[in-house]
Amino acid sequence: MDKVALKTMDKPTVLEVREATKRFGGLVAVNQVSFDVREHEVIGLIGPNGSGKTTMMNLISGALKVSDGYIMMGDNLLSDMPERKIAQSGVARTFQLVRVLAGLSVLENVMAGAVFGHRKLWGKGLEVYAMRQLERVGLAAAANKPTSALTYIDQKRLELARALAADPKLILLDEWLAGLNPTELQTGIELIASLRDEGRTIILVEHVMDAIRSLCDRCVVMSSGIKIAEGTPAEVLSDKAVIKAYLGDDYE
Amino acid sequence: MTRKEIIGLILVPVAFIILAFLPSLPNSANLLSLAIPIAMFTVLATSWAIFSGPTHYISLATAAFYGVGAYTMATWLDVLPYPVILLIAAVIGAVFAAVVGFATLRLSGVYFVIFTLGLAEMTRQVFVWYQNNFGGTRGHYVFTDITEAQIYWQLLALGLLVYLVGWWIGRSRLGFAIRIIGADELVARHSGIHTARSKVLLFMVSGAFAAVVGVVMAPRFVYIEPAMAFNPQLSFLVAIMALLGGIHRLWGPLMGAIPFALVWEFIASNFPAQTILLMGIAFLVVVYYIPNGVAGVVEGWYHKLKAAGGEKHG
Ligand SMILES: Nc1ncnc2c1ncn2[C@@H]1O[C@H](COP(=O)(O)OP(=O)(O)OP(=O)(O)O)[C@@H](O)[C@H]1O
Ligand SMILES: [Mg+2]
Repeated sequence: MDKVALKTMDKPTVLEVREATKRFGGLVAVNQVSFDVREHEVIGLIGPNGSGKTTMMNLISGALKVSDGYIMMGDNLLSDMPERKIAQSGVARTFQLVRVLAGLSVLENVMAGAVFGHRKLWGKGLEVYAMRQLERVGLAAAANKPTSALTYIDQKRLELARALAADPKLILLDEWLAGLNPTELQTGIELIASLRDEGRTIILVEHVMDAIRSLCDRCVVMSSGIKIAEGTPAEVLSDKAVIKAYLGDDYE
Repeated sequence: MTRKEIIGLILVPVAFIILAFLPSLPNSANLLSLAIPIAMFTVLATSWAIFSGPTHYISLATAAFYGVGAYTMATWLDVLPYPVILLIAAVIGAVFAAVVGFATLRLSGVYFVIFTLGLAEMTRQVFVWYQNNFGGTRGHYVFTDITEAQIYWQLLALGLLVYLVGWWIGRSRLGFAIRIIGADELVARHSGIHTARSKVLLFMVSGAFAAVVGVVMAPRFVYIEPAMAFNPQLSFLVAIMALLGGIHRLWGPLMGAIPFALVWEFIASNFPAQTILLMGIAFLVVVYYIPNGVAGVVEGWYHKLKAAGGEKHG
């Protein structure tokens, strides 16, 4: 048995996705997908474009409601809760298309994550705490700037800082590493690794194979809404069905 | 508290105290006939902007709340002490806004505007129907010994109150929540904010203020009937003034209410037949040419001045 599996095998289950299904009219974007996420695990959610990864993240964070199936976190039926309750029970996320709060300063963007959710800070304590999250993602110098002054990559950093400010148990990162140059990518990977080391559980949607290999304990592979494989990165990346899904997507 | 806030907290009440001496000036009757609408529109537009500024919901329900306030006064004038009537109107306005809010704030922009406009009309019809069937007469007489000066002072006090409430909301969690909602509602929900409740709370604030203004203004009309109490023109004027002044700052609507109320008095007395047309034109001009209102323009100048000053010194 390899070291990764040993590390997390006997940990309790944090998230339980069961036959989750999402239909958009006739299109089934997520089709009876089931998987478990255990404590302190980093799960990679991978698959070709349009395979339903973002939709799956939206089902977990509550941005979308399941059409069928359910999602549990501990004893909470996540799939039945409004987004704010899901946030309050310790789930935070970033968005594939960044959503920074225009009109609020960079620091205020981070503060937004720590007032109403899992953490309920206010006043000076909130400011100091938010500042720490900014330092963590390397944006401290921009704290008092408007968000319009940030580059796209810095906006992604800001979004992560806002998610971290919530002090989440479970973080959902939707292609957070996309668009980074090699140096930034390295820093980004280290940052995500440090989140796992401090005990958070992470689901990341990613196309960057290096990141998947170095970060993920396990991967769930989706294609056309269906889960086609699950296992360690090495296992799934050599899986025939997975290779076919990726290459098929390229040749069509 | 920042130094700016402390200065504001001292200056604003001082300004109100100075304004309170207006009725003791010579020829005050004429002054009051201008100052009362200005004060009234300032209170209405400022409380309107407390809700609409950060949420970007354009409400045309002001007349509904105002009318309900006026009728609260007409109904209980002979039965209850005046301060109690003020209090009841505030509660009714807030509850009315809460009911309307929970029913409609899920609607997106345009539908909300139409609904609120319809609401004022519907409320008017309900009052007409009630009076036709149960009330005997259509209207109510409101005979009081409340003077113009007293109405003006009450409006000033309400003005001070609306500024204090607005300032307090601005630095509260509710104010922060509503700014996040205004920027991105999905992110707000994902941050743990109860978006519907936050929006409804602010809508209740503006509803309560409009209803209380209705009570205060009722004695001026002497005879109250639905068409006057629920005049949709009031809703439009309040929205135009707030937008003209700028709804991203608490002091913005004041910048719109003063010039517009003056111009409006002039239009209403010189071109009474064209008021609706002119109001429509004003609305378009404001929205197209000064999207951030007078407050936005003033801030633009201020920043330019500061930048120019900085260059000289630096
Ligand atoms: N709100 C929506 N309404 C209708 N269809 C949608 C909606 N959201 C996603 N879809 C469709 O569902 C399918 C899955 O989309 P999704 O965004 O989940 O894919 P993805 O795996 O995240 O792709 P990518 O790698 O490009 O981000 C796509 O066909 C998409 O067009
Ligand atoms: Mg996606």
